[in-house]
Amino acid sequence: MRFALLAGAALAALRVAAAAASPTDSGQNFAQIERGRYLTAAADCAACHTTQGQDAPFSGGRPIETPFGIVLAANITPDRATGIGGWSDAQFDAALRRGVRPDGKRLYPAMPYPYYTRMTRDDVLAIRAYLRTVQPVHHVVDTNQLSFPFRLRIGMRIWNALYFDAGEFKPDPQQSGQWNRGAYLVEGPGHCAACHTPKTSLGGDENRQRFRGYAIQRWFAPDITNDAARGLGNWSANDIVEFLRKGHNRFDAAAGPMGEEVSDSSSHLTQADLEAIAAYLKEVPGETERRRPLAAGDAVMKAGAAIYEDRCAACHKMDGTGVPYMFPDLAAASSVASRDPTTVLRVLLRGASSVATQEEPTGPAMPAFGRELTDAQIAAVGTYIRNSWGHAASAVSAGDVGKARKSFAADSD
Amino acid sequence: MARRLPAKDVVIVGLGWTGSIVANELADEGLDVVAIERGPWRNTATDYPPSYAPDELRYRIRHELFLRPDQTTFTFRNKMSDTALPIRTWGAFMPPNGVGGGGVHWNGETWRFLPTDFVLRTHLTKRYGARFLPSDMTIQDWGVTFAEIEPYYDKFERLCGTSGTAGNLQGKIQEGGNPFEGPRSQPYPNPAQQQPFSHTLFAKAAREMGYKPFPQPSGNMSRPYTNPLGVRLGPCTYCGFCEWFGCGNYSKASPQTTVLPVLMRKKNFQARDNCEVTRINMDASGKQATGVTYVDTSGNEWEQPASLVILSAYTIFNVQLLLLSKIGKPYDPVANTGVIGRNFTHQTISDVTSFFDPAKFVFNPFIASGAIGMCIDEFNGDNFDHGPHGFVGGGYMGQVQTNGRPIETTPVPPGTPNWGARWKQAVRECYQSALKPGTGVHGSMYSYRDVYLDLDPTYRDRFGRQLLRITMDFHENELKQNAFLTDRFAEIFQKMGARQVVKEYRKGPYDITKYQTTHLCGGAVMGEDPKTSAINRYLQSWDVPNLFVMGASGFPQNAGYNPTGTLAALAYWSAERIRTEYLKRPGPLVHA
Amino acid sequence: MSGIRRRDLLKGTALTLVGGAAAASVLPDTIPWQPDAGTPPEPVQGQGWKFFSATEAAAVESLADRIIPPDPQTPGGKDAGCAVFIDRQLAGPYGRDEGLYNRPPFIKGSKQQGPQSAQTPAELYRKALAALDKYCRDKEGKPFAELSEARQDALLHGLDGGTVHLEGIESDTFFKALLKDMQEGFFADPVYGGNRDMCAWKMIGFPGTRYDYRDWVGRHNERYPHPPVSLAGRPDWNTGKS
Repeated sequence: MRFALLAGAALAALRVAAAAASPTDSGQNFAQIERGRYLTAAADCAACHTTQGQDAPFSGGRPIETPFGIVLAANITPDRATGIGGWSDAQFDAALRRGVRPDGKRLYPAMPYPYYTRMTRDDVLAIRAYLRTVQPVHHVVDTNQLSFPFRLRIGMRIWNALYFDAGEFKPDPQQSGQWNRGAYLVEGPGHCAACHTPKTSLGGDENRQRFRGYAIQRWFAPDITNDAARGLGNWSANDIVEFLRKGHNRFDAAAGPMGEEVSDSSSHLTQADLEAIAAYLKEVPGETERRRPLAAGDAVMKAGAAIYEDRCAACHKMDGTGVPYMFPDLAAASSVASRDPTTVLRVLLRGASSVATQEEPTGPAMPAFGRELTDAQIAAVGTYIRNSWGHAASAVSAGDVGKARKSFAADSD
Repeated sequence: MARRLPAKDVVIVGLGWTGSIVANELADEGLDVVAIERGPWRNTATDYPPSYAPDELRYRIRHELFLRPDQTTFTFRNKMSDTALPIRTWGAFMPPNGVGGGGVHWNGETWRFLPTDFVLRTHLTKRYGARFLPSDMTIQDWGVTFAEIEPYYDKFERLCGTSGTAGNLQGKIQEGGNPFEGPRSQPYPNPAQQQPFSHTLFAKAAREMGYKPFPQPSGNMSRPYTNPLGVRLGPCTYCGFCEWFGCGNYSKASPQTTVLPVLMRKKNFQARDNCEVTRINMDASGKQATGVTYVDTSGNEWEQPASLVILSAYTIFNVQLLLLSKIGKPYDPVANTGVIGRNFTHQTISDVTSFFDPAKFVFNPFIASGAIGMCIDEFNGDNFDHGPHGFVGGGYMGQVQTNGRPIETTPVPPGTPNWGARWKQAVRECYQSALKPGTGVHGSMYSYRDVYLDLDPTYRDRFGRQLLRITMDFHENELKQNAFLTDRFAEIFQKMGARQVVKEYRKGPYDITKYQTTHLCGGAVMGEDPKTSAINRYLQSWDVPNLFVMGASGFPQNAGYNPTGTLAALAYWSAERIRTEYLKRPGPLVHA
Repeated sequence: MSGIRRRDLLKGTALTLVGGAAAASVLPDTIPWQPDAGTPPEPVQGQGWKFFSATEAAAVESLADRIIPPDPQTPGGKDAGCAVFIDRQLAGPYGRDEGLYNRPPFIKGSKQQGPQSAQTPAELYRKALAALDKYCRDKEGKPFAELSEARQDALLHGLDGGTVHLEGIESDTFFKALLKDMQEGFFADPVYGGNRDMCAWKMIGFPGTRYDYRDWVGRHNERYPHPPVSLAGRPDWNTGKS
């Protein structure tokens, strides 16, 4: 009996947002359109399908980097000729949840159908209903910019066989309704793993390493497991909620791709959904292996400490704690002690602008130090912050910095 | 031929403190607002990060953040009989430039004027009789009272997170604050900053002499602060690179750190930088402004039509634009008619440098914020009986030393050669044990019939427009005031135990090469009578009701304080009246 | 960064408005930002003179050591790099009065009306150093740099006191400029060529570009103990390994 009740609770939670919806293809259902707008934000469709700086939402064309080359995001406005106006609901659902286009060809997993597959059909059709109401834009996009052999979409059959685990999210009856709602959002529309889970050489999720961080677009999407050393173990559920809603919390600030995510997606979610996401992430296990920090007396650490004192402490303070909601607490910020220092190097070299949101409009920025500090100095201060205040992460070499400089050069963020 | 842009509800000329404040208030009203700024966009991390902001040569000596004289300058003469000559490099004051205006590179000294300052002529005449005032002194009442703008002072202090100690809370005098200030509705939003050694020593001596020292109200944060708009500032780190510099760690109140993050997000607000407004356009009646014309960096001329024009540039450039646009009657000092250019003032500043025993005193002068300092207000405004002294006016005075930057602040005792081994030895010996407050005596300057602004007949800017001409000299009243205040100031340094105190009185003639604060005031003053004022009590042009003129150009005379708090309060006061009254019934808010 | 690019960073541009678009372009409604922003100074590097001839440089280095003489604790103006500083300043925007108002007519006015000369600092130094050289060769039979320190000092006292006049220039204007530029070079950040190894800052106890004295503001009458930091850092920033 208890089992049945729990399962019922989980299902009810899944239906919270769906309660008002009675699926209809009329395109006239206000509640469905509203829910679709919300889910379109939750699924962050705009991240790829809206080109920043253009007044044509969802008209596609934004280049999406994949391990194999560039894919351009499709036009998903209701324009019949160049968008998806001519698609049936079934075709839309097949694209979102099975990665199959109306012509039968396979989508590349730059389109996160391996995650959207977890969504309910109701939710997918709500997104569809909303997208039908946006301004149609005539914009031809040749999505496939890949070179041979990746141009051949036929390869996607093999990829899908290896990595694509189709099917709706199944609530875990052992868990609370909140946890199940969080799991649904994280694993489904939120597609958090797309950035935060390490990938195989073919770009599939390395499922044993779920949410332990992954280098993407020359940023490192940090470990978001409950590991205190590398992940969010020191964050409370409320810290996670605040971060997703405001882009800032007492420890950290969102910048780069995560800043865009906050701006376009998570800042638009309800408090209840954000709490559900936090509840779920707080249960995700992380690595258990522990490292020892470099000794403070190490020559590189000493040089790093000197640079830190002279150039960083005026904002982040000598003890690294910064100022809540303004300057990240380097002891608790999510990216500092990542196993891969890409984000640390990127922020040190090029600076970064934290996201400004309705609730946290300040958007303080980190200055670029790339021209004032040598590779060895960037390496020293990077190593220092990665091995101070309880952190123990790999040292950074001057060579790493030199390579990072080159790799970031063409990026605009 | 200017190309015409789609009309806006409001065009803002100059995106400094007042421009950003008014833009934000009017955008909140739902109006479509565009701001046009002559200088560049600039911001903390991208333009003055802590890694290279502390560069004395670049910012203090070479004037990086300021207007360049070849963009535009002005001409200057002491007397109407002199020929004015162009100011080829800045000296007496520093014309701001760029988004944020003077708010980027100010010290953050956030004062309120005294209640009597706003009714100055009435008050002084009542207390001392009309004949006590020099006959050519043209001081007048503001048309607005302290009580009326107190809520807006408060609003600005809350925007900025001003750090200070209240001296008069709703009429109750508070220990540790300025007992002479007008009654404030609320305490400062943040406690006063910590004070370095010399500043506390000054306070101790002043207290022993019977004065009531208090911390200078500061736009440098004493702790992290979130303002009512939700914008956050960090704590000041006492870096000693404040005035003339941008703040590298978001701890000095500026438009960038208080209002622009919110304003820039608004869909109904747009800013254009590096665009210089060349005139305010008028309709055929000459009673209505139709917008502005500006020039971009390519030399293209654009016309921006707007229903409401807000002039919010620096004092003298407000006046220049009015004169060039032929708005209001130009002031004629001979006939004593007209208003545009009338009652121009600056500040009467002097300093005392004192030398202490290096074996006993280590001041670490480099540890300071921009608005650090302990002050006394016993000799400001009409806080003391002027009867025996034969002058009016006054100022605050204090140990307000903001830096130990060595090009600027390496004082040596009089008699030291200015080069060679003895100079070098004196610099070494005195650096840690000498005090040089900079603008230690911060005196008022009252207005006179022969101190004014008009257009220069000879010199022109890069667009061929006439430069503004300043005619200014010190009058005996101000020199007497300064001598009295400087002597009082020096006594406190004696009491502190200085072994040598050097008074540097302000003396005439007014010298355009010597820095004396950037507090230019007047030229388009507010008042009750259109014959003696350019704008009414709501900063609305008497002649052109859809034109409002912000800033210190509206001060009928200058008080013994820094002007930012007052000009910002007036901007809020004016914006409030635009929101609540003008928008409902566009037209004159005051009928003369 | 050009003005045009900067303006594009702000929301909307005049051009898109005039281009007939119904609405302003929706660039992100955030504060403008881009990576690698900022303009840190380029540290003075390399040997040789950018403005001075070898003869001029020799004279200026000697002048530097008379205006700021070496002593046992602190180098003089020459070793501090003051001549290098002035050389680079004169070769740059300062030397050509860049940004200053230089439209005619140039009329001599009162002292309190400020400088009214069309002559740039670079032109002033070029003429003045030639005049100084001529003066020394005429009166002493050798260039300034080869005079004894006592003779050099005597000549400078003469310039300072108005008893020595160099031909064809305003000697007083030159001497004032020289003092100002020397002392600026001595105390400016070492990235500009003077104040080598922060010697002038060490002499007085100025900590340079340090930006955080929160721990020290309340420590009264206590000497600040930490070494200075320049815009280019301090020796402790490097590990010693190359």
